[in-house]
Amino acid sequence: MKESTFKKKRKRLVFRTAMLVVMAGLVVFAVFSSLKGDDAVIAKGEDAPNFQLNKFKNDETVTLKGLEGKGVMLNFWATYCEPCKDEMPYMNELYSKYKEQGVEILAVNLDATDIVVEKFLKEYEITFPVLRDKQGQVMDLYNIGPIPTSIFINPEGEIVEQVQGALTLSKLEGYLQQITPE
Amino acid sequence: MNEIKCECGHINPEGTVLCQSCGKPVEGNQHIDGNDEQQLLNMRYDGTARRSQTYNRTVVDKIWNFFSSVKVGVWLIVITVIASGIGTIFPQEMYIPSTVDPATHYRDQFGILGQIYYQLGFHNLYSSWWYMILIAMIGISIVIASIDRFFPLYKVLKKQKPKRHEAFMKKQRVFGTTESSEVDITRFKQNLKNQRFKIFEQDGHILAEKNRFARWGPYVNHIGLIVFLIGALLRFVPAFYIDEFVWVREGETAVVSGTDGQYYIENKDFILETYDENDERFKEAIQKQGGPIPKNFQTDAVIYKRVGEPIPGAEPELEKVKEDSAKMNQPIKFGQFALYQASYQLNEFKEMTFKIHDKDNEDTNYGEFTVDLTDPETEYELDNGYRVEVENYFPEYELNDGEPTSVSKFPKNPAFVFSLYPPGDAQPETSFLGIGANIDASGDNQYKLGLVSFDVRDVTGLTVKKDYTLPIIALGGAIFMIGVIQGMYWNHRRIWLQPKSNGVWIAGHTNKNWFALRREIGKSIEGTHIEEPVDQHEMKS
Repeated sequence: MKESTFKKKRKRLVFRTAMLVVMAGLVVFAVFSSLKGDDAVIAKGEDAPNFQLNKFKNDETVTLKGLEGKGVMLNFWATYCEPCKDEMPYMNELYSKYKEQGVEILAVNLDATDIVVEKFLKEYEITFPVLRDKQGQVMDLYNIGPIPTSIFINPEGEIVEQVQGALTLSKLEGYLQQITPE
Repeated sequence: MNEIKCECGHINPEGTVLCQSCGKPVEGNQHIDGNDEQQLLNMRYDGTARRSQTYNRTVVDKIWNFFSSVKVGVWLIVITVIASGIGTIFPQEMYIPSTVDPATHYRDQFGILGQIYYQLGFHNLYSSWWYMILIAMIGISIVIASIDRFFPLYKVLKKQKPKRHEAFMKKQRVFGTTESSEVDITRFKQNLKNQRFKIFEQDGHILAEKNRFARWGPYVNHIGLIVFLIGALLRFVPAFYIDEFVWVREGETAVVSGTDGQYYIENKDFILETYDENDERFKEAIQKQGGPIPKNFQTDAVIYKRVGEPIPGAEPELEKVKEDSAKMNQPIKFGQFALYQASYQLNEFKEMTFKIHDKDNEDTNYGEFTVDLTDPETEYELDNGYRVEVENYFPEYELNDGEPTSVSKFPKNPAFVFSLYPPGDAQPETSFLGIGANIDASGDNQYKLGLVSFDVRDVTGLTVKKDYTLPIIALGGAIFMIGVIQGMYWNHRRIWLQPKSNGVWIAGHTNKNWFALRREIGKSIEGTHIEEPVDQHEMKS
């Protein structure tokens, strides 16, 4: 009698614990999924997803994978975005110095027409490579909300930092140093 | 564990209120169902031991017992109902204009209450974590409360014996005694059988029972609710549910969002039809409305599937899947997806045609050229030696601190800076052209550019849907309804008959509709010399 009671109690505890664990798991899953949906940024420390885009006015394609071993700064911008115009000269200024150290700056342009981009590049004398993302696919891939947004990727392909809004010269340099290969 | 041995010999688990076998009230446990203060027995769960109210030792038991409580369940529902109501006072975040900052919008629109509303997170109530946890707790409470009640009830109804304790009989709501030596038991049983009662006998004691399955109604109903909740939960899993939106301009091909770059859609044509104003049938209604009334929204589209592995951004190689039209409630279906006509924008500028004429004479024409606003060229050569260079293009022109700029990439308000090179070596003339603006930069231009015509196109907005949760939710709803019907249209009825030295005792119990039970008892005792029992509950009041 005693033995069977003990067994029964034990069974009950196991059953209750299992039920509670399963249900708690479902709740955690639901809450986590709904919160993740709201989050419009790609997480720091995760691997940057690969993409392929053409260079502006040039059939040369660039893939992120192809730049492994280099630090990569992805800058999402457009000609109609005022703060983008402010940070472009800083990127221009630092580009050649960091390129030598193994950092690539890729400016992903989101405009619809070539002509506005061409005028802009001429006016600002942009030297770093500009990629065109007419369909906004890479923008969607990286969950880009407002522009400008810059993503800094280290030589291992991990996202180190995501910055919304225009960068100052010193901030930009700081981030570029973070992703410079040793 | 202290088991309770009843005088009938049955061993009941701890916490039992009424013996599972004979129904004798267990001494010392009557307070559990409040029987100690009542003349009649509380027949809830047939006086079985609800485990939740007996074991309370480990943390797991404590949590379990918390959720098992109906009182807790009711409070959870009340809190959820109140919160849901508050969520409807001001619009949810998804219904305010997307261009405004919610942080200031609520304060500006609704004052201090709006500010509080926003700061407490009610602007995003239905997906907030605490609201979801409330719903989840209701779900857990339903599961645990059902488990805790169904199994004991099932067991006790299975174990019940026709032989009941006297105290049980006396304390039933419908009870009567007959003193007679002529009681016709055979007739009584036949009468019961005619009313489709099942008869159980034990030493002359009779139990007649029907519709026990009606007692499972609430539990079936709860299973339906759980299936429903799981269906709703699966909406978070992209494999089961996708709800996205895609804008496509006429003539353009776009990725269908939510398909991982697998599918593309080309918008051939967007059609907006309105009811004919000249038709007698519609005339009055259209006049009342004060404008045209749409009759049909339609997108003629081609669906493509990408060949090979998708790399985001790369030019895709496309394979045509189908050509179809999306109309209201008639989506384009392909693969696991359906595209529903959901929105549109009419008359976006597509092309503009300009002509060169003398500044003072609009009737002259030195040539025309057409600018494709989605891809303007840098230079337009005209046949007769004139040449126009596009110095600058502003798709959505706005003046910002005296500087012309564009605020978007969409040609909603296109403007140009043109340089006109007349034949020969003449100096170029620069002018600014926009909608309603034609400015001569130097002031002494000889020529002028004029807008001759323009071409527009429409943009269609389609909802991308994939929904495998709907069948699950429908199944949950169906099970829910079956449970409701089961418990609603059938009643569990029991009649007990106990032989006495001179006559019989009779008692009856049902979970609802006592009148019908008494009528059935009335029919059963016809011609049996059993006296009609009384409703002790009614007598009291």
